[in-house]
Formats: sequence, structure tokens, C-alpha cells
Amino acid sequence: MAYSDKVIDHYQNPRNIGTLDKGSENVGTGLVGAPECGDVMRLQIKVNDETGIIEDAKFKTFGCGSAIASSSLATEWLKGKTIDQALEIDNMDIVEELALPPVKIHCSVLAEDAIKAAINDYRTKKGLQPIED
Amino acid sequence: MLKLPIYLDNNATTKPDPRVVEAMLPYFTEYYGNAASRSHPFGWKAEEAVDYAREQIASLINANSKEIIFTSGATESNNLAIKGVFEMYREKGNHIITVNIEHKAVLDTCRKLEKMGATVTYITPGIDGIVNIEQIKNAITPQTILISVMYANNEIGCINPIKEIGELAHKNNILFHTDATQAIGKIPVNVINDNIDLASFSAHKLYGPKGVGALYVRRKNPRVKVTAQMDGGGHERGMRSGTLNVPGIVGFGKACEIAKTEMLDETKRLSKLRDKLENELIKLEETYINGSVKSRLPHVSNISFKFIEGEGLMMGVKDIAVSSGSACTSASLEPSYVLKNIGLDDELAHSSLRFGLGRFTNEEEIDYAIEHVKTAVNKLREMSPLWEMHKEGIDLKTVEWTEH
Repeated sequence: MAYSDKVIDHYQNPRNIGTLDKGSENVGTGLVGAPECGDVMRLQIKVNDETGIIEDAKFKTFGCGSAIASSSLATEWLKGKTIDQALEIDNMDIVEELALPPVKIHCSVLAEDAIKAAINDYRTKKGLQPIED
Repeated sequence: MLKLPIYLDNNATTKPDPRVVEAMLPYFTEYYGNAASRSHPFGWKAEEAVDYAREQIASLINANSKEIIFTSGATESNNLAIKGVFEMYREKGNHIITVNIEHKAVLDTCRKLEKMGATVTYITPGIDGIVNIEQIKNAITPQTILISVMYANNEIGCINPIKEIGELAHKNNILFHTDATQAIGKIPVNVINDNIDLASFSAHKLYGPKGVGALYVRRKNPRVKVTAQMDGGGHERGMRSGTLNVPGIVGFGKACEIAKTEMLDETKRLSKLRDKLENELIKLEETYINGSVKSRLPHVSNISFKFIEGEGLMMGVKDIAVSSGSACTSASLEPSYVLKNIGLDDELAHSSLRFGLGRFTNEEEIDYAIEHVKTAVNKLREMSPLWEMHKEGIDLKTVEWTEH
């Protein structure tokens, strides 16, 4: 199976790898997946409390090239968005952008789950209800 | 001069030796007769070539040339051996003993026979991948007609105590089949000394062409018969009908002849290169060799790089052709059943790479592989949340993961 150019680009030049202070009040952290399933994503967002805009996003991923690319792309898309806009990111957008084959769709689902988990972590910190699917 | 990409997947298939290709060519262009045509020189020439190849092949494993049955490859040989024995000896019993890390050609054949009335015991080997002779002894019943244990495993390269298993089988009047696909041509296999009754193997794993294999079927002490699974003209002493693949068989014969003369030196050379690769790579933290290191093929190394995923790693070393036990490389999304069944955690199975060296592997390539695998592992660990957690002293087993 050949990888698309965009997957290769994100794999070779991943955007926004790193770690934000998960203890910080305006950082939301989402950790999804499981090592025994072969992929784990940790996605973090830093939200400006005044504007409600995601100022920074970082990720680290254990997984295949498509999983790394999906999370890298997610961080790219998250930056500059409001929480509400971020919630609109659909896994199929990721599939389309990266031209993921059917067997790799679960990577995009995981990235969407990671976004939601990070947002919910942030909301919980702010005393808000987590958003249900 | 280093030529990229580098081929380190010699357990999947091998490059045909140029001497093999050269031997085959005239049988495509000039000597195209059917080996079963008895009435003209075209047929005689083909038959002569097949007879010669049969000798070359038999000689490699200390068999008689009459004991070599040509097939399309090891998958067919395994099918013919196991189904053929079950059908032929069914009156004697219906029990088969095998191991749960055998190749799918053995396991799926056994599963099918279970639907047809066979009882199969699947033994779980130790963490080294090697079968304990006591486990087989304990599994034998008065109904046991066949023991099928692979000579060497295709994923981790561990070598089973074949001679002892064969001895046990013969003592109990049970036939012994071995899938010797990964072993023949790589390490000495002697069907007499090893007490083997049936052995499957294939040309393309020993620098021969694809599409041709053989089943060794013992003719004396005991005389073994298998029921044909392919009906037709009654070729191959009635055990496998079908016009013989003459060029393929000629290549197979030549490949066996070369293997016989060069095996000893080649084994030494390859184990030296393999050890170099392995010793360098396990200098990386949290890196583990899978399967036995004591009883193992000289050219195989299966290594898990903890906290990174195998397919991701392969993408990072795209100029090196290897394979992984990671789920992502298969359609099933399940990691390697071989690694799981020897008791490896799923996580480590996902993190594994198999390096298979071969006749055309040189030291420059191994040096390149060492350097590039190390770089990729370090890069991916910097990207891995698991590595970060490990470095922070978090025990990953205590984390509540969201399975999906």
C-alpha cells in the first residue's frame, strides 16, 4: 500500500510535536487509543480565556504513518479556531485531506476523538459540562 | 556502491540467484517439452532435466530422488501432506498434533480438517518460540496419526528440536511432517537423521523461482502414502497430478545444488552480519529480541522497539525492505499471532520488525540499516506519548486506556 504525498509530508515534517503543561488552567489534554491496539494519540490545546481561541496545539502519537499524519494535521487545523469551530472538525475531513485508504479510517476517528477529549478536558477545568457525542 | 532500497525481507522471498536463472532459460526457449511425453525427444529432454533436478533436490536433504513430489510451493505441500495423510490414515485415527505458531498453510489446513472430523491439538510453544518435547508427548493419544511441527519459524527464526520430535513420533507409530520452508537451503536438514516422514519446502525461499515447491514423502521405514488432493493424469507417483513446471523445477534443482555447496560458508557469513545488526540495535534502550537466540536461523532477527509502532517505523526506514508484526501491516488489524502466541504483549508485537538477511546482503547494507533504524527509532520516540510517559516514570500498565 503506498502512502499519499500528504501523509508522507506530515510524517516527515510533523507539525506541532510537543508537550504543553497539562496542569495549566487553559490547557486541555486528550489521550486516546491504547498501546495494545497499536495507536495512542495525545493532543493538547491551549485556549485564550478571553477570546476563546485555540492559540496553540501540540501532539505526540504512537502509531503508524497515517496516525501520525492525522494528528499532525489536526493540530494544524486547530490553531486559530474557536472551541465551537474545533468541534466541527469531522474525521472524514481528515480522511479526505490525507487521502486515507479505508483500512486507515480508524486513524482519523482517533484524531477526532483526541480533539473532543482535549476540548472536554479544557471544559472540565473551566467547570463546564463535557460535550457528549 | 550501495544500492537503495536494501532488501532485508528474505523470509518473505529471496532474489533468484543469477546461476539459477541461467540454468532455467533454455527450458523456456529450447527445451519446452512436456516431461510426461514419452514418445519424442522434446519430452525425453524435459524428463531428463526433471530427473536431474530431483536428484539435486533430494541430495540437499539426504533423501532418495523418488521421494520428492513436485508441487506449486510450500503452501500446496503443506496441504497435500496434512490433508493427504488424514485421508489416507483416517481408519487408524483422527488426531493431529501441531503448534499454534505454524504458518497459516498448516493452521488453516488443520482448521479445515477439524470440520471434516479431525481432532487437532494446537500446542503453545515457550516464549522462545520452541516446542517442548514433553508437550507433544503429553498430547499423544491412541488416535494420533500425525505430528506437524515446523523446522524453523518464519517470523522469529527459532529452530525446533526436530530430531527428537521425529524420534518420539516414530516410537509411537505416528507420522511426522515438518514445514521446512524456512530451513532447507539455510541450515543442514537431513530427513534420515531427523526422523522426518514428510517435509514441505519451496524454491523461492532458497534463491530459486516462485511457483515451484516439493513435498518429501518417505518411502522406507515407514513407507508413507498421501491421498492426492489434485486429480488428473497421475503424475508424481499418483500423489500430485499436473504437468510439471520444467523450467521451475530446473531452477529449483540448481538452487538446491548451490545451497548445498555454499551453505556452510554462507551460514557463518550471515550470522556474523546478523549479530552485528542485532548487537548494534539492542544498544537502543527498551529494545528486545523476540524468540530464541540460542536455537535460531543464522539470518533472521526479530526485534521490538518498545513505545514505537512497527509500521510507523518502517515508514521511517523506507529504503530498507523489512516486515513488521504490527497490525497495521495486515488487513485484520490484529498484530502477529506468532508473537502473541509465544506470549508477547500486544504492545511489543506492534513494535516489532523482522530483518531477514540473505545471500546478496553485504556489510555496507547492514551498516546503512543500523544507522537508519537507530535514527528513525529515536525520531519516533521523540514523537511518542508512551515514550514520554515512560521517561516520566509512569507505568503504562496502570493507565486507563480508551480501547477502540
